[in-house]
Amino acid sequence: MRCEHSQSLLHGYLDGELDALRAEEFEKHLENCSQCIAQLEEQESLRTSLISAQLYERAPNALAMKIKRQIANAETEAQWSWVPIWRWIGASAAFAVLVAFTYHAVEMMLAKRAPVVEQAAVTEVIDAHVRSLQPGHLTDVLSTDQHTVKPWFDGKLDYIPPVKDLANNGFPLLGGRLDVLNGRSVAVLVYGRRKHFINVFVWPDSSQDAAATPTPGTRNGYQWNYWRAHGMEFCAISDVSAPDLHDLAELLQE
Amino acid sequence: MLELDDRDRFERLVMPHQDAAFNLARWLVRSRTDAEDVVQDAMMRAYRFFAGFHGGDARAWLLQIVRNSCYTWMDKNRKAEKTTEFDETIHAGGRSESPETAAVAASERQRLMKALESLPARSREVLVLRELEGCSYKEIATITSIPIGTVMSTLARARERLQETLRGAAGEPGSRKEARHEV
Repeated sequence: MRCEHSQSLLHGYLDGELDALRAEEFEKHLENCSQCIAQLEEQESLRTSLISAQLYERAPNALAMKIKRQIANAETEAQWSWVPIWRWIGASAAFAVLVAFTYHAVEMMLAKRAPVVEQAAVTEVIDAHVRSLQPGHLTDVLSTDQHTVKPWFDGKLDYIPPVKDLANNGFPLLGGRLDVLNGRSVAVLVYGRRKHFINVFVWPDSSQDAAATPTPGTRNGYQWNYWRAHGMEFCAISDVSAPDLHDLAELLQE
Repeated sequence: MLELDDRDRFERLVMPHQDAAFNLARWLVRSRTDAEDVVQDAMMRAYRFFAGFHGGDARAWLLQIVRNSCYTWMDKNRKAEKTTEFDETIHAGGRSESPETAAVAASERQRLMKALESLPARSREVLVLRELEGCSYKEIATITSIPIGTVMSTLARARERLQETLRGAAGEPGSRKEARHEV
């Protein structure tokens, strides 16, 4: 006959996992049970030999390197995954233009779409948008007056973005700031929409192309809208609805 | 895609437990080479799931994923696994005693290693987590999905099996009394 305690309680005692009350109970039991004493000794010696055998096996250094590299690769892939989205947008934007204008414009559009891919990775715009929402990062110049915001950019960039206050249309101008996209400084206009913020990134249009109608998109739950007008490229981004963002785009395009 | 500070957090919280991940995998799949593959795979899964990790015990969280990867691997390689022999050349030596003591220690180590490897996976994992990794019962319960109330009895059974195997091996050298009947 084996003592039933040797089957379970003894192990909890050995591992220091019994609460004070049960540990005390078991110690009392030990005083009268030679079987449990013998078993406890045996278990302790087994544990000692397991420890002295040094069975723990550490990961080889090469494995850590491999894992780091793989994670870095996964990141790069994720960062480039927006490219096909832009291609798709290129095609649908071209279709919109085809409907609106002559096929002349279509050819130009398709030919000039490529620079957009390089200049405005949506990911980068989203990152900049998220960054701007950190406390104190939204505006460098805080003013609802377009005649304050516009001159503020003077001398800070090699271009002046068109600035309009659209408070009457439900998009009050909140201010402006400088941000960095693709390694170059760009102007950002900040608009409000009820309790939301909208960042409008503006940079000179190098394509010398005809104006392009607003092209919407969604990524990571953010709405964005890209268009060209007044010799500038615009990318608006926010968590407002797509129609709201489209309205703003049209107002700024006028 | 993870945001940059998530990646940073992953490197700070999860990557330091690579040894724990490897040790568990090595004892479950019983091969260093296969353990490397399984851990690499498990780490990438952990990385993808990291957004779902809301603080707490990062080691237990990672080991849970590693354990699942090991069982998936063992299911797939069940037939091959039975014939996988332990590679003694990789594990030899690394100690600084006299040649005689070293030889005795090495053979004692071999004996324990073989005994541990011959246990069923469910016994192996609790012993490795408790005796090698030093996990608490609570952590063992989290990692292995055993109810916390039965961790103690599972460990008791595993230890008894190990003792029996060691006794058997001492009595008739080379015997595989408890040999791999369950995975």
